[in-house]
Amino acid sequence: MTDHSIKRTLDLKFVRLLPAIALLLFSLSSATAQDTAQAAPPAEATASAAVAPSADGIPADEAVITSGRALYENNCTQCHAFNEVVVGPALKDAHTRWKLNNMISFIRYPQKYIETSRDKYAQGLYAQYKQYMPNHDFLSEAEVLSLVAYIKAESVKPAAAPDKIAGPPIFPPPTKDSGVSNELVSLIFAILIFVLFVFLVILVFLINILKRFIENKEGVPDDEKALVDQKFDLAAFFKSSFFRTSVTVIALLFISKVAFDSIINIGIQQGYSPKQPIAFSHKLHAGEYQIDCNYCHTGAKKGKAAVIPSANVCMNCHNAIKPESPEIKKIYAAIEKDQPIEWVRIHNLPDHAYFNHAQHVTVGGLECQNCHGQIQEMEVVQQYSPLTMGWCINCHRETAVNAENNAYYDKMVSLHKTVSKQPMKVKDIGGLECAKCHY
Amino acid sequence: MEITKNKTYWKGLEELSNDTEFVKNASNEFPEYLPINQNNNGESEDYLTHRRDFLKMVGFGVAAVSLAACETPVKKAIPYLNKPEDIDPSIPNYYASTYAEAGDYASILVKTKDGRPIKIEGNKLSSLTEGTLGAKVQASILNLYDTTRLASPTRKGKEASWSEIDAEIVSRLKAMSAAGEGIRMVTNSILSPSVKQAIAEFKAAYPGSEQVCYDAISISGLLDANNSNFGIRAVPHYDFSKAEAVVTLDADFLGTWIAPEMYSRQFSKTRKLGKDKKTMSRLFAFESILSTTGASADHRTAIKPSQLGGAAIALYNEIAKGTGNATLSGGADVKLIKEAAQDMLAARGKSIVVCGSNDQRIQLLINQINQMLGNYGTTIDLTRASYFRQGNDQSVKQLVADLKSGAVKGLIFYNCNPAYDSAFASEFSSAVSKLKLSVSISDRTDETAGLCEFVCPDHHYLESWSDAEPVKGFLSLGQPTISPIFKTRQALESLLKWSGSTADADDYIKSVWQKNYFTQQSAYLTFTEFWNATLHDGVFTYSTQESPAFTAVDLNSAASGIAASYKSSNQLEYRLYEKIAIGDGRYANNPWLQEMPDPISKACWDNYAAISKSTALGLGLKDGDMVNVSVSGKEALELPVLVQPGQPTGVVAIALGYGRTAAGKCGNQIGKNAYPLLRVEADGVVVNYGVVAELKASGNNRALAQTQTHHTIMGRAIVQESTLKEYKQDPKAGRFYPKVATYEGAKKPVEISLWDEYQRKNHNWGMVIDLNSCTGCGACTIACQVENNVPVVGRQEVINRREMHWIRIDRYYSSDANENDLKGLEEASENPEVVFQPLMCQHCNHAPCETVCPVLATTHSSEGLNQMTYNRCIGTRYCANNCPYKVRRFNWFKYHNNVQFADVNTAMNNDLGKMVLNPDVTVRSRGVMEKCTFCVQRIQEGKLTAKKEKRRPVDGEINTACASSCPSEAIVFGDLNDPKSKVAQLLSMEYYEDGSKAAKEDRAYHVLEEINVQPNVYYLTKIRNKKA
Repeated sequence: MTDHSIKRTLDLKFVRLLPAIALLLFSLSSATAQDTAQAAPPAEATASAAVAPSADGIPADEAVITSGRALYENNCTQCHAFNEVVVGPALKDAHTRWKLNNMISFIRYPQKYIETSRDKYAQGLYAQYKQYMPNHDFLSEAEVLSLVAYIKAESVKPAAAPDKIAGPPIFPPPTKDSGVSNELVSLIFAILIFVLFVFLVILVFLINILKRFIENKEGVPDDEKALVDQKFDLAAFFKSSFFRTSVTVIALLFISKVAFDSIINIGIQQGYSPKQPIAFSHKLHAGEYQIDCNYCHTGAKKGKAAVIPSANVCMNCHNAIKPESPEIKKIYAAIEKDQPIEWVRIHNLPDHAYFNHAQHVTVGGLECQNCHGQIQEMEVVQQYSPLTMGWCINCHRETAVNAENNAYYDKMVSLHKTVSKQPMKVKDIGGLECAKCHY
Repeated sequence: MEITKNKTYWKGLEELSNDTEFVKNASNEFPEYLPINQNNNGESEDYLTHRRDFLKMVGFGVAAVSLAACETPVKKAIPYLNKPEDIDPSIPNYYASTYAEAGDYASILVKTKDGRPIKIEGNKLSSLTEGTLGAKVQASILNLYDTTRLASPTRKGKEASWSEIDAEIVSRLKAMSAAGEGIRMVTNSILSPSVKQAIAEFKAAYPGSEQVCYDAISISGLLDANNSNFGIRAVPHYDFSKAEAVVTLDADFLGTWIAPEMYSRQFSKTRKLGKDKKTMSRLFAFESILSTTGASADHRTAIKPSQLGGAAIALYNEIAKGTGNATLSGGADVKLIKEAAQDMLAARGKSIVVCGSNDQRIQLLINQINQMLGNYGTTIDLTRASYFRQGNDQSVKQLVADLKSGAVKGLIFYNCNPAYDSAFASEFSSAVSKLKLSVSISDRTDETAGLCEFVCPDHHYLESWSDAEPVKGFLSLGQPTISPIFKTRQALESLLKWSGSTADADDYIKSVWQKNYFTQQSAYLTFTEFWNATLHDGVFTYSTQESPAFTAVDLNSAASGIAASYKSSNQLEYRLYEKIAIGDGRYANNPWLQEMPDPISKACWDNYAAISKSTALGLGLKDGDMVNVSVSGKEALELPVLVQPGQPTGVVAIALGYGRTAAGKCGNQIGKNAYPLLRVEADGVVVNYGVVAELKASGNNRALAQTQTHHTIMGRAIVQESTLKEYKQDPKAGRFYPKVATYEGAKKPVEISLWDEYQRKNHNWGMVIDLNSCTGCGACTIACQVENNVPVVGRQEVINRREMHWIRIDRYYSSDANENDLKGLEEASENPEVVFQPLMCQHCNHAPCETVCPVLATTHSSEGLNQMTYNRCIGTRYCANNCPYKVRRFNWFKYHNNVQFADVNTAMNNDLGKMVLNPDVTVRSRGVMEKCTFCVQRIQEGKLTAKKEKRRPVDGEINTACASSCPSEAIVFGDLNDPKSKVAQLLSMEYYEDGSKAAKEDRAYHVLEEINVQPNVYYLTKIRNKKA
């Protein structure tokens, strides 16, 4: 074989590969386009909200602000703070990100608002925090307005903390500590794709020039000319060992991924909602009647087990309410027969994992919904979270420690501040160590 | 010569005649057609299962089974029907209660979780026991969940109802009382004032009935001596914490004598050293076995039991000379007696002499010695008589005589087992069957109960209401912490029932307290308030005024009697003793105690004949040789030999409490029963020593299960020790500061490290172990076992070096050999000095185990803990191999739900036993490594409590099981980062601005400091108060 023919075969291979490269590039660029499409609306929303006028009907009356402050302290502080993300977003300048009416409806009926209003900003919030804020329909519109007034008053106050620079907050707030923001990464991607695309166009252009050059050139043998004119043979491509090998490899990878996923999912009961001996509805009790979770699950604030209420707790109300219901009669029967009710256990942790409710509820200040989902909307309770170690660890990585007003953490917080500007996360105080849960 | 084949054999006639059929099939395996391919009906092969079908079926079966197994089982969550207000699932409740069995006493806190007791802690509110409790009390919780317990009363071995049995017993009692036939209630020492009153009522209800009290290990002589001197038949209340000089004559008061944990706490207070305290008490021990007391003594002399009388007279004479009193005739020349006496005389009024002899004459001498030294009223409190032991040898002897003569026709055995643990075991055994009425109140069909017609099982003490007055003026209450598991009935209620009362135990105890003790206080106006407060605290004290005067007794006759009885001879003698764990054998069915290594010999699951090296050499015996110990008039005992350094030459020591036959599956036939060797002297006194007629090898061999077989430290700096004199001159005395040779010259090990330094900002858990205080009692070992679900592995596995204890107490002897004589260093001295060193995971900050784990199953926490993650461990055992302290334990077997270990690891192999497991600690499976966790479950719980209350944890709030159980406070646990913590103060911690810290205490050292693994466990040097 001559050097000439080797070159030619290389050329040919390149020609054959061209469509594949094009395909790859196309898919990449479209994926990025989707990414940017997803990221774009909130960015627009931020931009438009930032220029929204400030004189917008929010009262600046001192009395209103004071009453708003009381409401804020009673109802909001569990999940929100002004300058940092707790459970929900930081509230500083929140009033600038909303239309006032929208904000009021959102605060009163967050889930309904997100589902019905098509407000991109609200939907973005849900996408980011993956949970709904509880309804605040017990607050009147005027009360919510006073709340907003307080938020505004607090936001426009000259910043007491010098480390915070006043200005419109960026939404979504950065969630990564790496220092490289999502936007930067997508920008680099976009530039890369653009360069590659330009490169491709140049290549195609070059090929065409070369082709024309060969066609016009005298003295080229016919068989070689035929090679240049050769059309892309799809059948040959499918039969090629390259195609077969890649299909096999991809198929094998896919199958092993499916197999691995299914094996690793053994024992994960996410979504498990067995039929219970008594058709107890959390939707009715916790949702509609808004009975405090701790009224029945008395252990959640005290210790390891949240505790399924004993029949005498049910009887506190049900000796008067609906005693004739067939489901309630089952409780009566259990008491009469002196046989406890055998509920089907839904949340099963392995024996070697130690979990304590009090640590998370009392100390961490988490809402039940954090792990158990929208329990107040469940007719039949189902396991909302996967309860895998990865899930636990992930939360410990992301969640800031509820250290406020807890003297246990004081020294740790001050030490943490000397090394990091980020809020102190659970992982920063040993929350990822084995013997925190395994002993 | 060639062997010619001259005979031919045929299989049958066919072969002989060479039938065609035979020839045709000759080469086949089976000459005839075998119908292996036919089914049962003889149908042809077509209907049969083919190999392929078989494989298909197998394949399907395996798939079906594994699919079915994949499905997560449905678990039930069963709440209370009516939840008690104070009980929250998963949150422990603590109840103050009382342990009082056979005179042993502890004021306790019972930790119950989900309605079942799982751990016993000491009650710190008790000014008497100060929260101390020993291994036996710790382990007694497992007896509650013992399947050997009787589930209901029995009559002639058959289950019966309470009403039926009560009716029968009462009618017979009435008939016998009317006929004037003697009824005796045989008991061990009873501490409960309520039970004492109930017995009195019983006696009143049935004239002719009497109580006979005995103790398996009798101190009747001491009680009688006190009766002669003070008119009170009780033990005076010793306070070792006030004593500067202590002499013990064969009394193991730190291990087994009367109230060892209480005495240990008192004694340990005199052994602590620090910046402000540079004084220590001095202890002289004269003993015929090597006991824990002798091991802790500053000076020790090994004496033969027959020398004890002579030693007592010699000591008396020395003290008498020194105090200007008349001396007595006799007295042996015993080493160190003079020095001991000098010490005592120098510390008049601040000394104690105690003696373990059961000989009243010797005890009279000892009382007189204490009197001459002015110890009564200072170190020995007369106003506080203690009732720990009340047995009377003479009355038992009288009972045996009455049984023989037929004067006594009825016996009630109140929680005692004289057919096993008394000197008259055989007499009781033969007498019981001839009685008109025989009742046992034992919780199981033990040796005595098996002979009785009626067995009326008692509750376990954790199921009962109880009270106790171990020392006059110190009372405590016990309350049930679980409802009765079986159809048993509290012994007190049984007694009341038979006396015709219908009172419940709690009502009865209340009435007794209302009458006797409510009036002794003025803090509470109503009885209910008083009762509730006392029940909450568990203890109640009142002051007593009575102060019995010392009446001197003529000691000359005692001295001549002693001289006649105690003659030195060259004969081989035996001495019976109790072990700390097994004691009198009452808890023989408790596997925790069976597997607890003896503090001195480190042997478990056996008793043995301990002899000195020279005795062994003289008889040509070595460890593990079986010998027959023959005593005239008794059956020979075949026991393995254990060569015991420190054992007096010519004395064979044999532990009591073994060789039970009816204790239960775990305790039966463990070791040999030595009770038959107890001697009864003419005056009825039970003596625990005698002359061995012959000690002869039987030719058999038995490996002993010992957890530590090397004896000395071979000159290494594992234990660092010094004397008080040197310590006073230089607090660093005895310390070893290793240097490591580097290319830059010799360096401190701390300056060279393989590992990066990191900070422990929040907590830094650490431990300080004072070698000066540790008596090796083993309470920590059992406490750890209960707390951390540590399995029991059984005798053979201990021999295989696979014991699982997370904390071991290493015992080292000193050697006489020269520093360079490596061979000689292995041999312990004849009378060695002993050091105990508790060793658990050292939680190294630069842990070698962590580096070698290939799966990161052992890692370090930011609080200084070396964490072991069982679910990650794949069992390579690299960590154990790389651990310099050898504290990691590997699960060679699955010890739970395993028939192989069902009889020894009862806490993990049956439903009842499993109730004792701590639900906060994982039960480890086969193939994983485990080790001390610093009780991380307690750390986490304590931190959570503090966080919930929005404060920092207070020192002492978080404590490990071993530290909280240590009777001598040798183990202290706490946060090294907390300057106010006890550990930080013991170590004189200094804190620097960069967040680092250093222990400045001169006595503090790390074991194997030269390898610089930087443990979080510090040891304080052992200081002996040697007489110059």
